[in-house]
Amino acid sequence: MIRFAGVWKSFGPKKVLAGLDLEVRRGETMVVIGQSGSGKSVLLKILIGLLPPDRGDIFVDGREVSRLRGEERRAVVRRFGMLFQGAALFDSMTVGENVAFGLERQTDMGREEIRRRVAESLAKVGLHEIENLRPHELSGGMKKRVGLARAIAYRPEIILYDEPSTGIDPIRADAINDLILVLRKEMGVTSLVITHDMVSAYKVADRIALLFQGRIVALGTPDEIRNSPNGVVQQFIHGRALGPIVSW
Amino acid sequence: MGFFRELGEIAILAGRTFRGLFRRPWEGKIFLRQLEDIGARSFPVVALTAAFGGLVFGLQTYVGFHRYIGQGSEAYGGPIISLGLTKELIPILVGVMVAGRVGSAMAAEIGTMRITEQIDALVSLGADPVRYLVVPRTVAAVLMLPCLTLFGDLIGIAAGLFYNVVLMGVNGTLYLRNTLLYLELWDVSSGLIKSAVFGLIIALVGCSQGLRTEGGAEGVGRATTRAVVIQSISILVVNFFLSELLPGSLGL
Repeated sequence: MIRFAGVWKSFGPKKVLAGLDLEVRRGETMVVIGQSGSGKSVLLKILIGLLPPDRGDIFVDGREVSRLRGEERRAVVRRFGMLFQGAALFDSMTVGENVAFGLERQTDMGREEIRRRVAESLAKVGLHEIENLRPHELSGGMKKRVGLARAIAYRPEIILYDEPSTGIDPIRADAINDLILVLRKEMGVTSLVITHDMVSAYKVADRIALLFQGRIVALGTPDEIRNSPNGVVQQFIHGRALGPIVSW
Repeated sequence: MGFFRELGEIAILAGRTFRGLFRRPWEGKIFLRQLEDIGARSFPVVALTAAFGGLVFGLQTYVGFHRYIGQGSEAYGGPIISLGLTKELIPILVGVMVAGRVGSAMAAEIGTMRITEQIDALVSLGADPVRYLVVPRTVAAVLMLPCLTLFGDLIGIAAGLFYNVVLMGVNGTLYLRNTLLYLELWDVSSGLIKSAVFGLIIALVGCSQGLRTEGGAEGVGRATTRAVVIQSISILVVNFFLSELLPGSLGL
């Protein structure tokens, strides 16, 4: 459904993606793991057009999307919902307005219908009657859930998760993992999850890909990754300081 | 180098803002909030600066006439005070005050949205950041600055009159008659035109700095400072050229 083909991206002298190839199949949950600063988030930003790739193509259902503009770009973006690392809620708006934002712009729903869909989306992530709260009144975990409700409100086909478990405690993180599984089951969405949290990766992934030095160096089911003979994979999943990944 | 880069960035943003003006959806709610923030909430600070600007201008004009022309000539200060206020002092004071009050906040708010990925979130939800953030602020600033200036003109002229007539005992009838006789509509409207241009500068510089913010809280601080400095300097420089270019500066 989504295919990255030879994607390159540098920031100044720093090569972040170096000929990356990756395919995400319809309906699966693909988890991309990698070190902090390894370009995982860049992958998502390139996919929804926030950053242009330096080289390479990105296909969604066989159509190249990275060079689209205007209305065509919006039509593609509409198929994606994205949960940002810090939730990225609009702090000038209430929770309800946040969740309604995409509905107002990407659908032609009426006011009453939007109100219902907002409540329904919040209920899906386990939140009730908080439409009138402001983002600063919410805990980190609640913010992420509202961010998720906002991303799924207009029923996108593909959900992108940028570090869904980062910045919240392990119990709340696990609740988010459960939500990822539930959304996949109930809405049949295709998901692309970026994380460095192996607990989360094992739990939600159909397949795991390891991003290292700008390319995918290992790809497989959670079991295949766990038993991979690849030294880079072993070092990363066990979190060892010593190994082929040189850190400082 | 930095100067030309800055100018280029602002020109590009101006182009995108202009195009955004004619596209739907029109962000009415945000526009109204900006009108209130830039306009209504700036009234007190504009009133205060215009009042003291008018007082001090009235004072020096009085001193000038009194010293060089002599007792009784002070009533001719009226038109001079009004001319200086409406064409130069009030537009500049309003521009600089609004830059400090609103222009810096634009850079800080949009800059914070940038570093907390709220701008990215806008795009992911199908909104164009320029149309959503920059267009309403720019239109509101271009409309509200002349309103604030007109309001400041009235207060400034009244303050000048108060100083001369009430405090210094200048003949009020003569003072007012001279003012009304020599102050032309064009003097006031050229000041209003200037202030609309200042509004454009404030909004575009503030938004441009905000949108290009990077590097966390420190980056937001830097963007805010840069915004106010660039806005204030541009206002003073552009003001001079507008005074030269707009007709009516050489007694014409």
